[in-house]
Amino acid sequence: MSAPADLQKLLLGRLTWDAIPLHEPILVNTLIVVALGAAVLVAAVTRYRGWGPLWRDWITSIDHKKIGVMYIVLGIVMLLRGFSDAVMMRLQQAISFGGDLGYLPPHHYDQIFTAHGVIMIFFVAMPLVIGLINIAVPLQIGARDVAFPFLNNFSFWMTACGAALVMVSLFVGDFARTGWLAYPPLSELAYSPDTGVDYYIWSLQVAGVGTLLSGVNFITTIVKMRAPGMTMMRMPIFTWTALCTNVLIVVAFPVLTASLALLALDRYAGTHFFTNDAGGNPMMYVNLIWIWGHPEVYILVLPVFGVFSEVVSTFCGKRLFGYASMVYATVVITILSYLVWLHHFFTMGSGSAVNSFFGISTMVISIPTGAKVFNWLFTMYRGRIRFEVPMLWSVGFMVTFVIGGMTGVLLAVPPADFVLHNSLFLIAHFHNVIIGGVVFGVMAGITYWFPKATGYRLDPFWGKCSFWFWLVGFYFAFMPLYALGLMGVTRRVSHFDDPSLQIWFQVAAFGAFLIFLGIVSFLIQLVVSYLRRDSLRDVTGDPWNGRTLEWSTASPPPPYNFAFTPRVHAQDAWHDMKAHGYVRPTGDFVPIHMPKNTAAGFVLAVLSTVCAFALIWHMWPLAAASFAALILAAILHTFNYDRDYHLPAEEVARIEGDRTRLLAGHG
Amino acid sequence: MAELTATLGGDAADRARFYVREHHSEAPTLLGFWLYLMSDCLLFACLFACYGVLGRNYAGGPTGAELFDLPTVAVNTALLLLSSITYGFAVLEIQRNRRGSTLAWLAITGLLGAGFVGIELNEFAHLIAEGNGPRRSAFLSSFFTLVSTHGLHVSFGIVWLVTLMIQVGRRGLIAANKRRLMCLSMFWHFLDLVWIGVFTFVYLMGVLP
Repeated sequence: MSAPADLQKLLLGRLTWDAIPLHEPILVNTLIVVALGAAVLVAAVTRYRGWGPLWRDWITSIDHKKIGVMYIVLGIVMLLRGFSDAVMMRLQQAISFGGDLGYLPPHHYDQIFTAHGVIMIFFVAMPLVIGLINIAVPLQIGARDVAFPFLNNFSFWMTACGAALVMVSLFVGDFARTGWLAYPPLSELAYSPDTGVDYYIWSLQVAGVGTLLSGVNFITTIVKMRAPGMTMMRMPIFTWTALCTNVLIVVAFPVLTASLALLALDRYAGTHFFTNDAGGNPMMYVNLIWIWGHPEVYILVLPVFGVFSEVVSTFCGKRLFGYASMVYATVVITILSYLVWLHHFFTMGSGSAVNSFFGISTMVISIPTGAKVFNWLFTMYRGRIRFEVPMLWSVGFMVTFVIGGMTGVLLAVPPADFVLHNSLFLIAHFHNVIIGGVVFGVMAGITYWFPKATGYRLDPFWGKCSFWFWLVGFYFAFMPLYALGLMGVTRRVSHFDDPSLQIWFQVAAFGAFLIFLGIVSFLIQLVVSYLRRDSLRDVTGDPWNGRTLEWSTASPPPPYNFAFTPRVHAQDAWHDMKAHGYVRPTGDFVPIHMPKNTAAGFVLAVLSTVCAFALIWHMWPLAAASFAALILAAILHTFNYDRDYHLPAEEVARIEGDRTRLLAGHG
Repeated sequence: MAELTATLGGDAADRARFYVREHHSEAPTLLGFWLYLMSDCLLFACLFACYGVLGRNYAGGPTGAELFDLPTVAVNTALLLLSSITYGFAVLEIQRNRRGSTLAWLAITGLLGAGFVGIELNEFAHLIAEGNGPRRSAFLSSFFTLVSTHGLHVSFGIVWLVTLMIQVGRRGLIAANKRRLMCLSMFWHFLDLVWIGVFTFVYLMGVLP
């Protein structure tokens, strides 16, 4: 080889022009649309002089409310990507029968189902759930911010950078073709030599660091920073579920980090953890990844159980029925979720004793979950129910989730699982609980807390459209998959020979179209609500007659959340304050200790991303340099001791005075 | 006048019921760092589990009994345990607010840690030179990964220690630096505990037939 070629290989690794998929029209068109969209966005931000405010008020912000909003924006953007993948799969399966091979070659189809799973779990569901936790939890416990505000910003940017890496894989190189958990030996270098699995590993490692630190942050926040008087058994249920979720994050995500690191070592250093030869054991990976993976589904669903508890209690005008049993159910689910991972691979052949244990422990989870459903129903019983949009999502959830739970119990029976394993029945089951649970819950939560975060409510008409399209669309899209799964159709197949199956896939595709209308309605809802924000304005800060502390402050809350820290005497603290004739303090303010914004989180996350990209493409000098820069930047950041300031009492008085006048004008 | 006082008293009572004027929650850093350590502990748990499953898969290659040189590892263990004691002495000096002797004990701790890493690297170099690197068998893959992850943690701890020594040198034993030193202390002792696990499960049990 010549010297220039050597130099190119050293600097650029395996990155060449061939990595840009110019021969795939679908990707080229996507690239053009994305590039145009980005150009318009950049032009708009420049035109309206948005870069300064964007940098000062958002990118470097350590305010938990803004970070929460950024998480939710990230989740919604990635939802569009993940949903496009879903639509492409549904279209392909609806047309690819007999002589028609459809429009997606297997090589592309396999990347799509992998990317769909990875994106929906890591970059849609996780950011949306953590976003809601960010917005609501510090307010619910009467705190001024989270325990480690800088870390919170850093966590967000690590998550966003992980998502960016997945997006880059669309246009530079390939994504994994292994399914969303990248089982070896398929994901080993021998069978997946290209960049796909490396994109998978490094994007999840980068995002995983963010999630783990966010878990540490929120446990500490909830344990240490509650307002005086808020004992553990007076915490709002959403805070309880957030606490349990973050405990699960801290105990589960290191396992993901470890399993991906070992897979990376197999691919980069030639070790033999999961190879078929030299003593490796692929099932070790499958065990490890599910020891993370099963708690992960509870990481997603517990907070939305919390959302439904808040919503049902608020819109029924009643205290939550069975608060203590709700708390215990949450804690029991937290513990049990760590003891069921093997039910994902009963077919591995662990023997009947092991399978029985995991089958029974799986079925036991339905007991605390069932207790929760009854608690919500009994809260509604004799309540004065207001069917606002969040309540619609909650009722839709209760019906849909129970169906998904029952098919889950079916799958928990090992002999039944031997028949249904890897079939579309399983696909229908987990979409049933994730859409019916997590998506509906996040939509309820967004609608519920939107006025708190932005100062105006979401338009209810488009919210109702979105709800009905999602609900009906879900049943059309996934009930056929239950039937197909029972008939023995397996997952991840891009072409079928039996024409009698086609009608089921066409119905499912129609369901996906209805869900598409649901997503479009939601986007229209955002735009319409923004345009009509004056008439939807939430002046009082308490638009739903809420019961917990976040509704006791302004919408959107001032940077310090509460001028004075509230003192808590009961569950439903704000309801208790209203019942005892609480009057807003209007004077005598004191300076408030606040953290300063910092660019460090953003810089560290970008350096991590550069390092990850260099590792994916084997650009060793760049990888080494960016890693060194990362360590150096982290050390330099610790030399900055000037991290906080006091907001002067006059400034607090000015902000509170503005609100007093606003409330007076509102009458 | 009496009436006025009563009104004021009522207001103050209301205020006391609904909010506190100045609220300082406890410093959260140590709890947060403790939680991080627990997550790190789980990372090591996974590596130990892998070693437990794969540690006897020699693939026709050498076994632990053939490779491990227990006297060297014993010296190494002694260095690391000693460094935990010296860090303990540093913490005693921190509590007495003596900057000079704090720095001295920290320096000794760092040197002991560097000695540990040096001996470990030497052991690795020997193994690799003899063709018994991490690619040889699943046993050696899991051995190298577990031990070097611990070694990387110690190396990172040394970098952190040097950084903190500079910061203590420049700003003294201020509250922020004391807090950081306590975090590093927890980190350092934690690595000691993990090493006791490595020494027992990998080296001592590895030389058993």
